[in-house]
Amino acid sequence: MPVAPDAPVVLEGRGITKTFPGVIANQDVDLTLRAGEIHCLLGENGAGKSTLMNVLYGLYQPDGGEVLVHGEPVRFGSSADAIAHGIGMVHQHFQLIPTFTVAENVALGNETSRRGVLDLDGTRERIRDISSRYGLHVDPDAVVGELSVGVQQRIELVKALYRDAEILILDEPTAVLTPGEVDEFFRVVRGLVDKGKSIIFITHKLREVLAVADRITVLRGGRAVGSADPTTATEQDLANLMVGRDVVFTVDKGPASPGAAVLVIEGLEVTDGRGVTTVTDLDLTVRAGEILGIAGVEGNGQRELVEAVTGMRTASAGTITVLGTDITRANPRTVADLGVGHVPEDRNRHGVVGAFSIADNVVLNQYHKAPFSQRALRREGPTRELARTIVRDFDVRTPGIDAPVQTLSGGNQQKVIVGREMTRDVKLLVVAQPTRGLDVGSIEFIHRRIVELRDRGVAVLLVSAELDEILSLSDRVGVLYRGRLVGEHDRADTTREEIGLLMASGSRAEVAT
Amino acid sequence: MRRDLGAQLRRSLDLQPLLVPLLAIVLAFVSGAIAILAIGSDPIEAYAALVRGMVGSTDRIAASLGRSTPFIGAALAVAFAFRAGLFNIGAEGQLLVGATAAAWVGTWATVRGLPGVVAVPVLLLAGIVAGGIWGGIPGALKARTGAHEVIVTIMLNAIALLYVRWLVSSQDPVILRDPGATVPRTATIDDAARLPGIVDSQPPLHWGFLVMVALAILVRFVLQRTTFGFEVRTVGTNTDAARYAGMAVGRTILVTMAVSGAFAGLAGAGEISGTAGFLSPGVFVSIGFDSIAIALLARANPLAIVPAAILWGSMLSGAGLMQQEVGLSIDVVRIVQALVLLFVAADVIVRTVFRLRKTRDDALETTDLASGWGGQ
Repeated sequence: MPVAPDAPVVLEGRGITKTFPGVIANQDVDLTLRAGEIHCLLGENGAGKSTLMNVLYGLYQPDGGEVLVHGEPVRFGSSADAIAHGIGMVHQHFQLIPTFTVAENVALGNETSRRGVLDLDGTRERIRDISSRYGLHVDPDAVVGELSVGVQQRIELVKALYRDAEILILDEPTAVLTPGEVDEFFRVVRGLVDKGKSIIFITHKLREVLAVADRITVLRGGRAVGSADPTTATEQDLANLMVGRDVVFTVDKGPASPGAAVLVIEGLEVTDGRGVTTVTDLDLTVRAGEILGIAGVEGNGQRELVEAVTGMRTASAGTITVLGTDITRANPRTVADLGVGHVPEDRNRHGVVGAFSIADNVVLNQYHKAPFSQRALRREGPTRELARTIVRDFDVRTPGIDAPVQTLSGGNQQKVIVGREMTRDVKLLVVAQPTRGLDVGSIEFIHRRIVELRDRGVAVLLVSAELDEILSLSDRVGVLYRGRLVGEHDRADTTREEIGLLMASGSRAEVAT
Repeated sequence: MRRDLGAQLRRSLDLQPLLVPLLAIVLAFVSGAIAILAIGSDPIEAYAALVRGMVGSTDRIAASLGRSTPFIGAALAVAFAFRAGLFNIGAEGQLLVGATAAAWVGTWATVRGLPGVVAVPVLLLAGIVAGGIWGGIPGALKARTGAHEVIVTIMLNAIALLYVRWLVSSQDPVILRDPGATVPRTATIDDAARLPGIVDSQPPLHWGFLVMVALAILVRFVLQRTTFGFEVRTVGTNTDAARYAGMAVGRTILVTMAVSGAFAGLAGAGEISGTAGFLSPGVFVSIGFDSIAIALLARANPLAIVPAAILWGSMLSGAGLMQQEVGLSIDVVRIVQALVLLFVAADVIVRTVFRLRKTRDDALETTDLASGWGGQ
C-alpha cells in the first residue's frame, strides 16, 4: 500500500552532520519521513544509521544541519524533548526491567500515584486499549522476564505508544526474533502505519526491507548514498548500493575433500549453569577440510556444546577428543594450544576486551607464547606486527591498531576476532553465530574466510541460528533439537524445508507457552 | 612505526585524565576556604601557613616526603588490586601485619649479627611476606569460594588491628612487648636493620621513599609490559574474556591480592625500619584507608600515585604548622582531603563547575573506584 507522495512530512533531518573524534559518523544526511509510511534505513554496520537515529531522537546533538518535526525546526536537548514531540524509539537492546510487570515497565518514568501510592489501574487500562487498537497482545500483569523476546519487543512498542508517539524509530527490531516472530512483527508494524503512525525501520537485512518498506534510504560511510523503491529494487541492487560494489551472495565453494577425523565427540552430556542438562547423548565427528554446520533454534544446547568443546565448560558425561587427544576435562588454554580456534557467540563478553587496543586483543589468547612474549615479558614488535597484518588482511576499518576495540563497529570487532583465530595455527575452528548482527559486506567476507580455511584442511564446526548461513557454508548439516543432534546429512542430501522442519519442531513447542 | 611512536608519545603526555583530579583539588581548597571563613578565620592566612608547613624549608619538604612514604606503598597496593577488578580495602591491616613482622624480625638475635645490606632486606622481606599472606587470604577465599574481598578485607583489618594490639601490649604472657618499656611497644630493632636516613627531619626522610618510588615504576612496568600484568588487566576489565583466553582467573586473583598485600606490608616494614624502629599500637592508624583515597585520586595509575601520595602526606605534615600559627585544627586539612575525595568520586560536580565534557577516553579501562563494587 503505497503512501501518497504528497503525504505531509512528519520528521525531517536536513544536512545532518555528526562527528566523533576521528570519525565522521554522519555527513550532510537528508532524510524525510512522511505520514503513514515505513521508511527503511539500510546500511552496513558503521554506516551511521544508529548515529542518525540518535540525533533524531535527541540523544546526540548534531554538529551541523537541523531536525524538523511537522516542518518546524526543533532542537532536542535530550530524548525527553523528542518524546514530547511524539517521537518514540525502540532500541535494539530492550530497556526493560525483567523483574517488573508489563504495566510497571510501561509506566516507568510516567507513573501516576495517589497519595504516594503507585496507581497502575489507569496504566493497565491504557495498555489494554493500545493492545486491542494496534493488535499488540500483551498482558499488563505478566512479569517481563518470563516473556519471550518477541513479546518483550511488543512491550517496547506499547511503551512508545503509551507516550503518544506518532513517529516510531525501530532500531534493528528483527535482529533478535525468530523467523515466525518476524512475520508477526511485520503484521504489527503494518497495522501501526494503517492507524496513522509513521515508522523509521533500521535494518541491514535485505529480504525484510523489500517485504516491509514503503521507501528505502541507503547509508554508506555516513552519507545517504541513494534511495530505492521497494517495488522495483532487488536484493542485489540494495546490497550493491549498501556495500558500494557488486556483492556475491552465494558462497563460492568447491566440494570438500575431507581428511582424517579431527574432532570426535561421543556420548556427550552437558549441563548449563542452572544444572539443567542441555546436551544429551550427542555424537559427532568433524574431519579435516570439512564444515559441519549445526542448525537449530537458539537455546537447544548450542552454547553448552560449544563451551564443552572449547574447554569453557566441563561435560558431565561422554568424551571429546581433538586429533586423538582427550580434551573432555581440559581447560580453555590447553584446548587452544592444541590448535582449536574459537569464535565465540557473544563477542563482547568473551571475544574481546573492549577497552583494550586491537593490538592487545589479537594476542588475547596467545600473549603468553612466542613470539608475543619472552620470559614473562610481552614483546611489542611481534604483537603490533600481527595486529597490522590482521587489520590489513581482514579488512578491519579502524584509525589504527591502538584504537580500543569497543570504538569499532560490530562487524570490525568480529573481524578482529576471526582474524585472531584464523591466523593462529588451528586444526579445528569452532565458530558460533559468526555473523550475528553483521552487515552484508562483513558476512560475505567472513564466510569466504571460513571456506578458505576449510580448503586449507582445517576442520570447522559451525553453529548458527541463521539457516541461510548453515545451508550456504556447510558440507554436512545437523540440527540441534533439545540437546540432541538430529537429521545429520550431507548438505547435498537435504533441503531447506527438511532442516526448517527439524528446527521448527522445537520452536513449535515454545510458541505454545 | 614512526606514527605509532607519535601516538604513544601523545598518549603519555596526555593531561586529559589528570584534569579532573587536579580541578578536584582546586575545588576542594576553595570549598575548604568557605568552611574556614565560616568559623571566622582567614583562609588565605591558613593556606599560606599550610603551604609553608608543607614546603616552607628543606626540612619541611623532607618531612613531607617522609610522611608520604608509606602512603605510596599502601596506595600502590590498592591500585594494583583494582587493576584486577578487586577492591582491596585491607591495606590498613596488611600494612600493620607487615610492620609487626618487621618489628619482630628486627629484634631477632640472628639479625643483630648481620650487616645492614642483609639485615634491611631481611626486615623488608618479612613485611612483604606477612602482608602478602594477609592479602592472599581474601584472594584465596575469593578465588575458591567467591567470598567478596571487600567484606573479607574489612574483617581482616579488624583482626589485624586487635591481634597486633594484643601482641604488642600483652604483659602476661609477654609476646612482642618490650618488657623494659613503660608503655606498650616492641623493643627497638637493631641498628643494622634500620633503613638509612636521607634528611633527619620530623618525621625523617629515609631510603624507604626511594624504594617506594622505585616500586611505583616497577608496578607500572609489570602492568604494562609483563604477561602477568596483561592477565591482571584482562581479569580486571573482562573476566569472561580472560576465561575465554585461557587465563587462570582464580590464580590471577589470588596472586594479585597477595602481591597487593605485599606492597602494603612493605610499606609497613619500611616505616618500622626507616622511622621509629619499633611498633606501638595505633601508630599506623588510617594509612591504609587514606591510601584508598590516594589510589582513587591517582585513578589507579601507579605513576600518578607518587605525586598524589606526596600531596596527601605533605598536607598532613603541613597541618601542624597551620595549627600553631593560625590556631586552626588539623581537622581542617582532613576536611579538605575529604572534599578532594568527594569531588574525584563525584566527578560530575567538577565537570559541571568547570564545564568539562566527558571524553571518550574516560570511558576506557576506567578506574571508577567510586561507582560500585565492580563486577563479579
